Amino acid sequence: MSFARSVSNSLFKHPNWFLALLLAPPLLWLGIAFLGSLFVFLFHSFFSIDEFSGFIKYEFTLSTFAELFRLSNFDVIIRSLVMATAVTLASVIIAFPFAYFAARYARGKWKALFYILVMLPLWSSYLVKVYAWKLILAKEGIISWLAGELHLTWALDALLAIPVIGGPSLSISFLGTFIVFVYVWLPFMILPTQAALERVPVNLIDASSDLGATPAQTFRNVIFPLALPGIIAGSIFTFSLTLGDYIIPQIIGNSSYFLGQTVYTLQGTAGNIPLAAAFTVVPIVIMGIYLAIAKKMGAFDAL
Amino acid sequence: MTTAVSFQNICRYFGPVRAVDDVTLDIAEGEFFAMLGPSGSGKTTCLRLIAGFEQPTSGHMEIFGVTSEGVPPYQRNVNTVFQDYALFPHMTVLDNVAYGLMVKGVDKATRQRKAQETLTLVALGSFGSRRPSQLSGGQRQRVALARALVNEPKVLLLDEPLGALDLKLREQMQVELKALQRNLGITFVFVTHDQGEALSMADRVAIFNEGKIVQVGSPEDIYERPKTKFVADFVGSSNVLSPAFSKSAGGPESWASLRPEKISIMQGKEKAPTWHQSANATITAAHYQGSVTRLNARISSGETINVTVPSSQGKFAEGEKIILHWPKEAVHIMAGEA
Repeated sequence: MSFARSVSNSLFKHPNWFLALLLAPPLLWLGIAFLGSLFVFLFHSFFSIDEFSGFIKYEFTLSTFAELFRLSNFDVIIRSLVMATAVTLASVIIAFPFAYFAARYARGKWKALFYILVMLPLWSSYLVKVYAWKLILAKEGIISWLAGELHLTWALDALLAIPVIGGPSLSISFLGTFIVFVYVWLPFMILPTQAALERVPVNLIDASSDLGATPAQTFRNVIFPLALPGIIAGSIFTFSLTLGDYIIPQIIGNSSYFLGQTVYTLQGTAGNIPLAAAFTVVPIVIMGIYLAIAKKMGAFDAL
Repeated sequence: MTTAVSFQNICRYFGPVRAVDDVTLDIAEGEFFAMLGPSGSGKTTCLRLIAGFEQPTSGHMEIFGVTSEGVPPYQRNVNTVFQDYALFPHMTVLDNVAYGLMVKGVDKATRQRKAQETLTLVALGSFGSRRPSQLSGGQRQRVALARALVNEPKVLLLDEPLGALDLKLREQMQVELKALQRNLGITFVFVTHDQGEALSMADRVAIFNEGKIVQVGSPEDIYERPKTKFVADFVGSSNVLSPAFSKSAGGPESWASLRPEKISIMQGKEKAPTWHQSANATITAAHYQGSVTRLNARISSGETINVTVPSSQGKFAEGEKIILHWPKEAVHIMAGEA
């Protein structure tokens, strides 16, 4: 019997060995390269930095976490949280009709067109898109030009005059940051929502209607609950990607810091690894709480 | 008698496909009406037209005297038991059953009580808190039934509701459904491709073929007096006798049907009764099926006649020469065939 034959025979007799062999490489990669480095990094959040020397003090302390609650740091957390929530809600509202059309009505050519439209932005460089948006949103950009042509400059000015979200121009305001975030992460909401809607059997919609439910009731009681796991999956993407991004707010916005930027700066120029690590814990905790609430509300019952 | 459902020259086309082609039909109140036909014959589309999931391309439809063209499903007092049950996976069994009452705004206590009563009616009283995924096929079928019945529909539509069940359960459900229909007095419209099911349960049967109704009648009518070759062959695989053969056997020269179980055979030299028609034949195949044996016998013109004989009559061998004979009245002339 050849060697290969005897190996394959013993693997056939011991399916667990086969499974172990199959899973070992990806588990090693995930365990060491991904989770390992993450935990080493997170571990640093329990250390602190010496204010004078700038060296890390390798002693267990919670003082770094306490620092998160300092007003300037806490501001960053709240700002990021509000932005991520707003971006997620807007993505759901924009993505749902699009996904619904694709899942329920688009066939053949139209479906292909849908996928291309959704995926196309993902194929081009992220930086190019963000800089393109800077030009679109700038004071001399296409939006203010269009507003001028339509005699709507007053409306744009009124929008920019709103405190906090406004600013001198769209490209230098939270509103602009928000628009670009929604644009960049929208495909990550559309695709899972569309996949979930596609899996809602047509005969459940028929059954609901047959039992006397108006289309609005059918939507509320059948379609939406069954699509919810997809929407939650999408919102995990949009929410966590917004929380972690450090490029968009740097290019578009009023240079207020968001979580991603803060982590980037703290571990780079500031060299404060412990505080950067503590900041990294924040989105993880937020996502944990978010998923726990979603589960409690029955978002995954249809899985 | 009130007419529950009325079709007047109803057509439903899907592009070039004539799914339902000029169907005229009246279903009486309280009737157990079966729509029987091969797949793609238009019977399910007819059911969907009554439910309101499809709109007729042309023609006129009434449900209890009310025009139903343009009326959406949620405004019809008609409920459906779907082929694969279509239970809502994210709701408990009780919530599934209470759904129709909920969307009509019935208060929670009332709808839960009614749903519980209906679950008890289908012998699932203690299953209310389960999920559909935790039930067997037969139990899901009953939940689907309860979910429709709780709305007290005037017409209950059943789309091959027993198709997914195994044989024993199917036979049990046939008996239960029939009893339920008698007790509730609701009009049942039942779609099936299983002729045994249609014949045993229905008051009247409509046979569908290629979008048209080829015959409507009582199960006995359909079985004993098929109008066309299609009906004779589809319901109970009757022998279709060509005009030439009918004549040679001593009957009139026209298409006729002859049930396999009405034919007797003689293996020896006895003579057939003189009032019987007869033909010489050769056995080409014999299938023993327990109480009966099914024979294929080739007659001199080359046609094959199916015969069902009690197995107790003896042993049969391929190639054996036999004489087939049957009483004249067993031959049914099919008026629908030219």
